[in-house]
Amino acid sequence: MIQKTIGEVFLIIGGIFMFLASLGLLRMPDVYNRMQTSTKAVTLGAMSSILGVGIIHPAWLPKCILIMLFILFTNPVSAHAIGRAAYRTGVKLWKGSVCDKYGSCMEDEDE
Amino acid sequence: MNNLILFMGFGLSLVLVVATFVVWLSKDLLVAILGSAVVSLVASIFFLILQAPDVAITEAAIGAGLTTGILLYAMKKAGRYEDD
Amino acid sequence: MPYEIYGLTVYVYVGLIMLGVLFSLVRFVAGPSAPDRVVATDILTTITTVVLVVLALFFKRQIYLDVALVYAVLAFTAVVAIARFLEGGL
Repeated sequence: MIQKTIGEVFLIIGGIFMFLASLGLLRMPDVYNRMQTSTKAVTLGAMSSILGVGIIHPAWLPKCILIMLFILFTNPVSAHAIGRAAYRTGVKLWKGSVCDKYGSCMEDEDE
Repeated sequence: MNNLILFMGFGLSLVLVVATFVVWLSKDLLVAILGSAVVSLVASIFFLILQAPDVAITEAAIGAGLTTGILLYAMKKAGRYEDD
Repeated sequence: MPYEIYGLTVYVYVGLIMLGVLFSLVRFVAGPSAPDRVVATDILTTITTVVLVVLALFFKRQIYLDVALVYAVLAFTAVVAIARFLEGGL
């Protein structure tokens, strides 16, 4: 019974994080801000949800941990590829951005 | 529980229809390829709801990886924008 | 005794996930440039993996977790391939 309650708490935490990630995807002004908020928060929410399912059914826990590990390994790779591709295709930064380290680094490479 | 799965089915079928409209109406063929990826993603969930996990695994593997690669290769040969 | 879920928690959880899918869909339709749509597809991919795991919980069958495992391994290749294409590589 206590195990069921702990699993439901993990499920609700994961659902709230995934909802907030989608809200950030909808509300942020820029491609980079959207990528930053949504990818990190949705990784945390997905891992919390799958851990909740694994706590509710303890026999499923190894396979759930394997799915969590694959999400943890593959999600930052795709986020990094999206951010790099967006910068290379010339998407402008938001007008309130204060720092552009990648652009100055690329200028140093060109010289 | 059946009400819950029916509610998920309504929401996901909305995603399916809207993604199909994006594939149909978009002039940028890269966006059309992304829309077809979303359609195969939701179709995998529907195969799982209809109690066919083997078809869902095949749809996930082929629809996510192979179809996108082949369509990207064809789009690289043919050009990105559809001209009227 | 297998675990039966009929409580309010699961209804709230599925409502939150469906709101997330709806917001991602709005960004997918209305995104001004192509990388916005790629980000929306990435989020929809991860939420789809979670939905497959939760459906395995609803139907109470362990074999459905294999679909989520295959999806978690393979689904990011589409996003990475499209991002590499945008970058000019591939």
